[in-house]
Amino acid sequence: MSHGHVDHSGASHGSVKSYVIGFILSVILTVIPFALVMFPTLAPGVILTSILVLAIVQIVVHLVYFLHMNNSSEQRWNVMAFIFTILIIAIVVIGSLWIMFHLNHNMMRH
Amino acid sequence: MSSQTLNTQHAHAEEHEHHHDAESTKIFGFWIYLMTDCILFATIFATYAVLSGSFAGGPTGKDIFELDYVLGETFLLLFSSITYGMAMIAQHKGNKAGVLKWLAVTFLFGLGFIVMEINEFHHLIHQGFGPDRSAFLSAFFTLVGTHGLHVTCGLIWMAVMMAQVASKGLTTTNNTRLMCLSLFWHFLDIVWICVFTVVYLMGVL
Repeated sequence: MSHGHVDHSGASHGSVKSYVIGFILSVILTVIPFALVMFPTLAPGVILTSILVLAIVQIVVHLVYFLHMNNSSEQRWNVMAFIFTILIIAIVVIGSLWIMFHLNHNMMRH
Repeated sequence: MSSQTLNTQHAHAEEHEHHHDAESTKIFGFWIYLMTDCILFATIFATYAVLSGSFAGGPTGKDIFELDYVLGETFLLLFSSITYGMAMIAQHKGNKAGVLKWLAVTFLFGLGFIVMEINEFHHLIHQGFGPDRSAFLSAFFTLVGTHGLHVTCGLIWMAVMMAQVASKGLTTTNNTRLMCLSLFWHFLDIVWICVFTVVYLMGVL
């Protein structure tokens, strides 16, 4: 599933078609979460889950169609660095929230 | 065909290959920079998430965020992403006029985004909801401001690239720089997806 021409740098130039597909998907994935929050009809929990899932899907769409990330061998190190970064981000974000939640709990702020 | 010619051709190909590798190493290096920038944003997002409920009696997200305005900002960035893509396609075809045209369009969309953001900040501070009002607002201004600062740097870089492409043309060096700016620009759009979801949509929810 490669989009456009890939050169040695692991960076590739997309085609007009891949950019347009990425753009249309992004528009849809942007309008739905805004509509869900601006005109709430569902339960808040469902809306929260939906907008988080849609955001992750849109990030993947951007990575594939705009940053041309794929599983070709030229891209291996880009993808490796990215996966490592996701791990660090998860530790930083989840770790901070976890620690601060328990701190607040123990200080009886809530 | 003499072996001399073959040797020359071989040497030339090798030199080209070597040159190509140097350029791709630069782009990979820039990718690593972007990954470190991701971690910078992750720490600011974590800070925002921790402080997002500390209103100190001040306004909540629901009171101050205007989603239709944010949707406008989001669309400006989205349009600028696809127009930068068009600039890269023109660059790949060696179409200098096309590159300049699409970079100018991208610049205007990016500038529109920054103007809207400054207007939003000005409006909030004017109402007394500046970063000094509550921990929530400090975190909000830090996070959204850092993204805005990145976009501003991207715009300055884009202006410099337009001048360089106009004066020197689509040289190998310029093409590499355009490729790095492309990664930077699309990366900022990805950060914005996280911003509008975590800050604005979850703030209003």
